[in-house]
Amino acid sequence: MPAVSKGDGMRGLAVFISDIRNCKSKEAEIKRINKELANIRSKFKGDKALDGYSKKKYVCKLLFIFLLGHDIDFGHMEAVNLLSSNKYTEKQIGYLFISVLVNSNSELIRLINNAIKNDLSSRNPTFMCLALHCIANVGSREMAEAFASEIPRILVAGDTMDSVKQSAALCLLRLYKTSPDLVLMGEWTSRVVHLLNDQHMGVVTAAISLITCLSQKNPDEFKTCVSLAVSRLSRIVSSASTDLQDYTYYFVPAPWLSCKLLRLLQCYPPPEDGAVKGRLVECLETILNKAQEPPKSKKVQHSNAKNAILFEAISLIIHYDSEPNLLVRACNQLGQFLQHRETNLRYLALESMCTLASSEFSHEAVKTHIETVINALKTERDVSVRQRAADLLYAMCDRSNAKQIVAEMLSYLETADYSIREEMVLKVAILAEKYAVDYSWYVDTILNLIRIAGDYVSEEVWYRVIQIVINRDDVQGYAAKTVFEALQAPACHENMVKVGGYILGEFGNLIAGDPRSSPLVQFNLLHSKFHLCSVPTRALLLSAYIKFINLFPETKATIQEVLRCDSQIRNSDVELQQRAVEYLKLSSIASTDVLATVLEEMPPFPERESSILAKLKKKKGPGTVSVTDLEDSKREGGELNGGGERGPDTAAMASSNASTPSPSADLLGIRSAAPVGAAPASAGSLLVDVFSEAGPAAPSAAVNDDGFLRDLEQPTATCDSLLVEGSGDSDSAPPSEDPAPPLPEADELLNKFVCKNNGVLFENQLLQIGIKSEYRQNLGRMYLFYGNKTSVQFASFTTTVSYPGELQSQLNVQTKPVEPLVEGGAQIQQVLNIECLTDFSDAPLLNIKFRYGGALQNLTLKLPVTINKFFQPTEMTSHDFFQRWKQLSQPQQEAQKIFKANHGMDTEVLKAKLLGLGSALLDDVDPNPENYVCAGVIQTKGQQVGCLLRLEPNSQAQMYRLTLRCSKDSVSKRLCELLAEQF
Amino acid sequence: MIKSILIFNNHGKPRLIRFYQYFAEDMQQQIIREIFHLVSKRDDNVCNFLEGGSLIGGSDYKLIYRHYATLYFVFCVDSSESELGILDLIQVFVETLDKCFENVCELDLIFHMDKVHYILQEVVMGGMVLETNMNDIVAQVELQNRMEKSEGGLSAAPARAVSAVKNMNLPEMPRNINIGDINIKVPSLSPF
Repeated sequence: MPAVSKGDGMRGLAVFISDIRNCKSKEAEIKRINKELANIRSKFKGDKALDGYSKKKYVCKLLFIFLLGHDIDFGHMEAVNLLSSNKYTEKQIGYLFISVLVNSNSELIRLINNAIKNDLSSRNPTFMCLALHCIANVGSREMAEAFASEIPRILVAGDTMDSVKQSAALCLLRLYKTSPDLVLMGEWTSRVVHLLNDQHMGVVTAAISLITCLSQKNPDEFKTCVSLAVSRLSRIVSSASTDLQDYTYYFVPAPWLSCKLLRLLQCYPPPEDGAVKGRLVECLETILNKAQEPPKSKKVQHSNAKNAILFEAISLIIHYDSEPNLLVRACNQLGQFLQHRETNLRYLALESMCTLASSEFSHEAVKTHIETVINALKTERDVSVRQRAADLLYAMCDRSNAKQIVAEMLSYLETADYSIREEMVLKVAILAEKYAVDYSWYVDTILNLIRIAGDYVSEEVWYRVIQIVINRDDVQGYAAKTVFEALQAPACHENMVKVGGYILGEFGNLIAGDPRSSPLVQFNLLHSKFHLCSVPTRALLLSAYIKFINLFPETKATIQEVLRCDSQIRNSDVELQQRAVEYLKLSSIASTDVLATVLEEMPPFPERESSILAKLKKKKGPGTVSVTDLEDSKREGGELNGGGERGPDTAAMASSNASTPSPSADLLGIRSAAPVGAAPASAGSLLVDVFSEAGPAAPSAAVNDDGFLRDLEQPTATCDSLLVEGSGDSDSAPPSEDPAPPLPEADELLNKFVCKNNGVLFENQLLQIGIKSEYRQNLGRMYLFYGNKTSVQFASFTTTVSYPGELQSQLNVQTKPVEPLVEGGAQIQQVLNIECLTDFSDAPLLNIKFRYGGALQNLTLKLPVTINKFFQPTEMTSHDFFQRWKQLSQPQQEAQKIFKANHGMDTEVLKAKLLGLGSALLDDVDPNPENYVCAGVIQTKGQQVGCLLRLEPNSQAQMYRLTLRCSKDSVSKRLCELLAEQF
Repeated sequence: MIKSILIFNNHGKPRLIRFYQYFAEDMQQQIIREIFHLVSKRDDNVCNFLEGGSLIGGSDYKLIYRHYATLYFVFCVDSSESELGILDLIQVFVETLDKCFENVCELDLIFHMDKVHYILQEVVMGGMVLETNMNDIVAQVELQNRMEKSEGGLSAAPARAVSAVKNMNLPEMPRNINIGDINIKVPSLSPF
C-alpha cells in the first residue's frame, strides 16, 4: 500500500491543476491563474467564515500558483490562522505555506511565534516537530529571540522523543547560524556533545551537524567531541554490513554519518591522546583497505556510498598532513580513481589531489600522475572535469615540470571553453613568472599567451610582463627582438601592440643595430598598427614615439611630421590631442639634454606581490589560492630580482613587499593613486617649466588616462609614482601637504545628494565615506562616517572643511577634529554643525588626508550642503500659488532651463525627488495634471527667500522645462542649476 | 549546508522549489532558470557535479544533480557537504517518494505537491539533513497519513474523483520515472 493516499486530496485543487495543465498557451494559463486568484481573494475577503478545509484548499492552491512562478501577496493571514487549528493537516499546510513564502522580516512573525509557542508546549510530538521545522526554515532574528533559550532545553531533556530531539538539534543549529549572539552556551553544551553517543542514529545524524558548527566557532569548548567521534566512527567502520540495520545503505554501514564524523574531525588537529589517535589511524586504514575489496554489490549506490566515506577519509588525512604512510596511500588511491570509468570519481579525485599537492609529503607522489592529468585536460568530455584537471596541473607545478605544464596549458588554451579562459590565462601567467629560470622563456610564454588568447589577457598580465622586463636588464634585448618579431604578424592583438609599443619605446635601441630593425623600421611597424587601435593604446603609442625621438634623433623629423598631422594635433579625443601637442612642442623646444632627462629609461619598479596573483585570488574568492602560494610568490619574487641568491636580499624584498601598499596592485601605479593626490612635487618642476614655455597648449593633465607619461607630467604624491622613486627623490622631497584639488567627480557626487540626505558619498579601494544629515530651519547637522576598507591602519587621519570663494561669509560649519588613527576595518564618525547665514552657491570642500602604509592619501570632495537643504515646505492653494507666481514676475527673479531627461520619466520617481528637495509638492494647482509645482521658503539666518517651482515634463520629446521664481534672483539661478541635474 | 532543492522537468517547469536561504520570489525564478540552463545542456553521462551559477553564489557552491527520466533533482550545496553523500541523499529521497507513491511519476509530484514537501521535510530541515533512514522516513509519512485519514471524514468523499481527473491528461507523460540503471526496485532490506 502506498504511504501517501493518493485519493484523499482536495478535489477543487485537482481540478484547478488539471485546468492549468490543459491550458494551450501561456496567456491562457495566466488568465486561468488570475481568475483563481480573484476567486480566492474574494473568498478570503468574503463575509462568510471559511471552514478549515476550504482554507487549506485555497492555501494549497496558492502554493501551486507560487510554484508556477507567480508572486503571492496575500493569504498569509489565512495561513497563520491555520496554525492554530487543531487538525493536523490544516496546521501542516499552514506551516508549509509559511516556511515557503514568509521571509524572515515579515510583520506576521509575532503571530507565527505565538502559534509556535503553543505547539512547542503542547507535548504533542508531531505538533512540536512542525513548530521546530518552521523555526528552522524561517530562522528569523525575532524567532531566535523568542526561542533560543527554549530549544536547548527541549534538545537535552531526558523525556524528549527522538524525532523531536532530531528536529530540535537542527532548529538550534539554524538559530545559531542566524543569531549566534542569542544562543548562549551553557550547561546544555556538554550534554549536546554526548548526543554523539546516542543510541538512535537519527539523533546522532542531526546532532553532528550542530556539533560541527559549534566546534568550528568554539573549538575549545567542544574538544571532547573528538574522542567521542573517533569511537563512534570506529564502531561504524568495524561493524558488519548488517549491524546497523536500517542505516545500512546498499551494504555500507551508515555512510552519511561516517562522512559527517570525518568532517567533524577535520575541525581539529590530530588527537593528542595516543590511544585515540591509534584508533583513528586504524579506522582510516580500514577505510582505505575496504576500497580495495571487491564490491558487495554492482549497484552504483554501493560504490557511491563507499567512496563518499573514502573521500572524506582522504580529506582528513590531507588535513592532518602528518602521516606520510597514509598520505602516500591516499595519493595512490586517488591515482586509481583518475582513470576510473565513473566520471564522478575522476572529478573528485582531481579535486582531492589538488589539496594533496600542497602537502610536502605527497607533492612528489602527486607529480607522478602528471601524464594522466594532462591527458584528462585534453580528452575529458566534461568541462567541469577539465577545469579540475587544469586546477590540479596548476597545483602540482614546480620548477621541474613548469615548462611542460605551461606548454600543455598554452596548447589547451587554443581550444579551451570560453568560460575558463580568463582563469587559465592568469594561471599560465603566474606559473611562467613563478618558475621562470630564464627570462626569455618567460617573455616567449607571455607573448604566446597574448597571441593565443589576447582577448582574455587582462591588463594585469601585460603590465606584469613590462614590469619584469624593465627590472631585468638581461632580458631587455631579447624582449625587444621578440616583440618586434611578433608585431610583424599582419593581425596582432591590441595587447601585443601595447607591450610592443612600451618595450620598443624603452629598449628599441637594443635591436636598432640590425638594419632589419632599424629605428625607422621599428617606428613604421608600430605606426602601421596605430590606426586600428583604441584610444588608450594610441595614447601609449604616442608616448612611445616621443621616446623614439630621444632614443633615435634621426627619427625626429618623421615623428614630428606624424604628430603634426591634423589627425593627431586636432584629434577629437582630448587626451590624444593633448599628447600630440605637448610632445610636438617638447620635441621642438627642449634641448637634447632636457629631452634625455625627461625621457630617460624607466626606473625599476618596486617589487610587490604579483598583481596577477591578486586578481586570481579575487576571481576565485578567498581561500582557493592558498597562503603558501602567496609566500611562494614572494620567495620567488625575491629570486626574480635577486638573481637566485636568497639571504638578506630576500628579506629586504619581503619587507618591501609588506611595506609597499598596493591598494590596486596596479602594476604601473597609474590610476590607483593618480586621482587622489596630483599635486606637482619639486621633481616635476623642470617639466612644468618646459610646458609653461609651451604656452597655452599646456593645460592641466587629464586625470583618468592610462599612459605612462602622465606620471612624468605630474608625479603623484604617493610612493606609487614612478618618477619620484626613480629619481631617488622620494626620501628627500616630502610629498606635498597641500589639499588636493577636488576630485573630478566631486560635482557628480554632490548632485547625488541634492534630493536625499543619507547615503554613501564616496568610495574607493581604501575608504568609504557615508553621510547622514538632517536640517531644521537654517541649521543642519551632518554625520560623516569614514570607513577604513583595508585591513591596515590609517595614520595621521585628518579632515578639513574649507570654504571656496565667498562661502566663508555665507555658511558656517563647525566640527571637531577626528581621531588620527583609523584601524583596519573600523569606522569613525564626525559630526558637522552647519548654519546657513545667507544664500550661497558653492559647496564647502572637505579635504581628507591620511597615510596608508607609507603613502599619503589626499583627496578633496564637495560636502553635499546645498541651498535647498534649508527649504521649509509651504502648502498653498492654486489661487495663492498663481497670485504669488505673478508677483515674482521680474525677469531676474525667474530662472528657466529646458533640458533632456537624463533618467526615466517615471512619475513616482519624479515625485520622490521633488519631495526630497525639501519644498512642498502641491497637488491640483497646475491646470495641466502632468506638471509638477512646488513651493517653499528657504531659511537663512538673515532672511527668508520664497521659492516657487514648476516642472513641465514632455514625455514624447523626453524633455523637461524647469522654471523657478524666487524672491532673490541668485537663489533662482542656483536652484535651477542644481535641479537641472536631477531629472 | 544545502542552500536549495529544486525539482524541474525536462522543459524547465518547476515541480518543487525549496530555498533554505531567503531569496525574493522573482530571484528564485531566475535562479531556477539559470540552473535549468546549466544542467539541461549537460550530457547524461558526464559527472553529476558542477559549480553553482552566478545567481546562487558562484564557485563557492556546487550543484549536485540527478536526472531521472523526465525530472531533474538538483541540490545546491556549500563546501561542507560531501558530493557523493548528497548524491546518495537524492537517491534516498527519490526512493522514498517511490515507496510513498508506489512507482512515483511526474504527475504525482504535480498533484501532490504538498505531500512531496512533507516527505522532503522528513529528510531535510532548514538546509541540514534530518534523517537518512528510509524506513524511518516512510514510517513518519505513514503516521501523517493515518492522522489525515482520521481527520478526513466528510472531506474525503470527493477524493475519488481525483484519480479520474488525473488519468484524463496522461498522454505525453510516461507513467513511471524510469530510473535506468539506477533501478529503483527498492532493495530488499534485511528483516532485522
